Amino acid sequence: MIRLLKQREVMLLAIIAIIVALVTTRSAGFGRPGNLTAIFNDTAVLMMLACGQLVVILTRSIDLSLASNLALTGMIAAMVNAAMPGIPVEVLILGCIVVGGLLGMFNGLLVWKLNIPPIVVTLGTLTIYRGTVFLVSGGTWVNAVEMSDRFKSFTRAEFLSLPMLSWIAILVIALFALMMLRTPLGRAFYATGINPTAATYAGIDVGKTKFIAFTLAGMVAGLAGYLWVSRYVIASVDVARGLELQVVAACVIGGVSIAGGIGTVGGAVLGALFLGVINNALPVIGVSPFWQMAISGAAIITAVIFNARGERRGGRIILKTAEAG
Amino acid sequence: MTDAAETTHRHIPDRLDNPIKSAVLSWETLLVLVAVVIFILNSLASPYFLNAWSLSDLTFNFTEKAVIALAMALLITSGEIDLSVAAIIALASTLMGMAVQWGVPTPGLVAIGIGVGLACGAFNGALVTGLKLPSIVVTIGTMSLFRGISYAILGDRAYGGYPSDFSFVGQGYVWWVISFELVLFVFAAVLFWFALHRTNFGRQIFAIGNNAVAAQFSGVRVARIKFVLFCLTGLMSGIAAVMLTARLGSTRPSIAQGWELEVITMVVLGGVNILGGAGSITGVVLAALIMGLVTFGLGLLNVPGIVMSIFIGGLLITVIALPILYRMWRERRA
Repeated sequence: MIRLLKQREVMLLAIIAIIVALVTTRSAGFGRPGNLTAIFNDTAVLMMLACGQLVVILTRSIDLSLASNLALTGMIAAMVNAAMPGIPVEVLILGCIVVGGLLGMFNGLLVWKLNIPPIVVTLGTLTIYRGTVFLVSGGTWVNAVEMSDRFKSFTRAEFLSLPMLSWIAILVIALFALMMLRTPLGRAFYATGINPTAATYAGIDVGKTKFIAFTLAGMVAGLAGYLWVSRYVIASVDVARGLELQVVAACVIGGVSIAGGIGTVGGAVLGALFLGVINNALPVIGVSPFWQMAISGAAIITAVIFNARGERRGGRIILKTAEAG
Repeated sequence: MTDAAETTHRHIPDRLDNPIKSAVLSWETLLVLVAVVIFILNSLASPYFLNAWSLSDLTFNFTEKAVIALAMALLITSGEIDLSVAAIIALASTLMGMAVQWGVPTPGLVAIGIGVGLACGAFNGALVTGLKLPSIVVTIGTMSLFRGISYAILGDRAYGGYPSDFSFVGQGYVWWVISFELVLFVFAAVLFWFALHRTNFGRQIFAIGNNAVAAQFSGVRVARIKFVLFCLTGLMSGIAAVMLTARLGSTRPSIAQGWELEVITMVVLGGVNILGGAGSITGVVLAALIMGLVTFGLGLLNVPGIVMSIFIGGLLITVIALPILYRMWRERRA
């Protein structure tokens, strides 16, 4: 029982359940299944992006450009839809995944072939992609009137009383979980992050693995681009601004080590869900939503402190490594 | 930031390069060239550029960020990073605005701004060095926390009504077109240059950035120096907060949004190795000047801020990538 509680996923799930229970005592409607699925749907995009960020962080990298990627692909999708409403939404979604993937590949190529530190690369592309949204759109918005009905209704269509947006998130999460647990690629991500030198000796191309991680994260961001624009029915330069750090925060809260090699899909998803529940709970218990940022900041710091203790316990230190400093 | 496996492959030459040759091929020379080219392009592109007052306005574009970049350069050289600097500005500015409502005079406001900055920096430093946490996540957390407190205090309101003598810090001129902000920046740059390149303290920063364990074994107090550097970065952010608040004359929680990335871009563009161990203050000052030139020049051409950010982002990646591509090309030929 105690060992079970020490697992990050179980602990997070318990904390989320406690928060939901506490808030429900204040406001009975909060714990209703209808409201919980609404929160899930609200957090769907963040959870998907956290999965993408997870694989990048696992390989000792970081992708700060995900939110800009989302804004750019979302804008392109909205403009294509406004100009050519005849194109089926399914084709648009595929297009978004391809465009997002290409943007991710660009990051990955710079990291892989030129060996530029990922934080520098994605700091650059963060501003470049965001700026390109402005260039593409000329600074204008694409709003509800210009989008086709199917474009807007696709994410809202309900199946088993859960919106399509939630189902897509579940599918993405499941695919990532499957990849991490059941494919050589998933293991390569962990190996690259835990010990790049050993991974190379084991026949893993470390650079290429990073490249694939960035591409996957980009694909998710592209998909999220369409989903975001369809859900909030607006495409503008400011879409999802600041989300890049929330995604990193979700991973950190979920127990993903920023030093690479440690973390699970479940953790990242629950980390995102934790932020989602907090955001939705604050207004219900009468706390000004302006507190949201401070509270998630405090949550991140607490999570990092927990992570560090967990990581120190894990593994046997045979030789003191450079991290002892 | 401790990426031991990737930083250990250092090329050790048999003999040192000819000093003149290495000075010509240095990063700083490249930056000077880039600055000169942009300066010429600017004066060709706009008739309003070559004018003492225009050039003076230009300095306001970068001094506040550059003041933080000086301290950030030291911090990144030591192998750490601080993403919370812009949030520190927001918090310091908010608390200064609060003090104004209580009737605190200008010296008190300046003290509050700088003090809050220092306290925030010490908080970051304590978390990173005391609890041995990675600085990138700690400061992502404090970034939300500091700005979050600012939002919690202010919400969608704004503070104003700063005393008129307070505005001198951000708007005043010392002599002709030389602004107080510029003088402050130059003074700080000289101090930081001296500290990094001419003192024991500076050598210890490089030692830590290159190999923290070896530095520890050589008797360098690694944790203490890193803590001091976080305090210093917080302090400079506090000073920047005073400058910016005095210039704008009002405080909103969204003040200085996104500045952390611009400051880091400045530092990296200035030739500081993001993995630690190498860097120079001269480079950072030049990079600050380049970024000021780019944004001001494009501004004169009515290019919107968001498009400028493409240039800045592109500049960051190109300037880092070019030497790498050049080296790869040379190795292929050899």
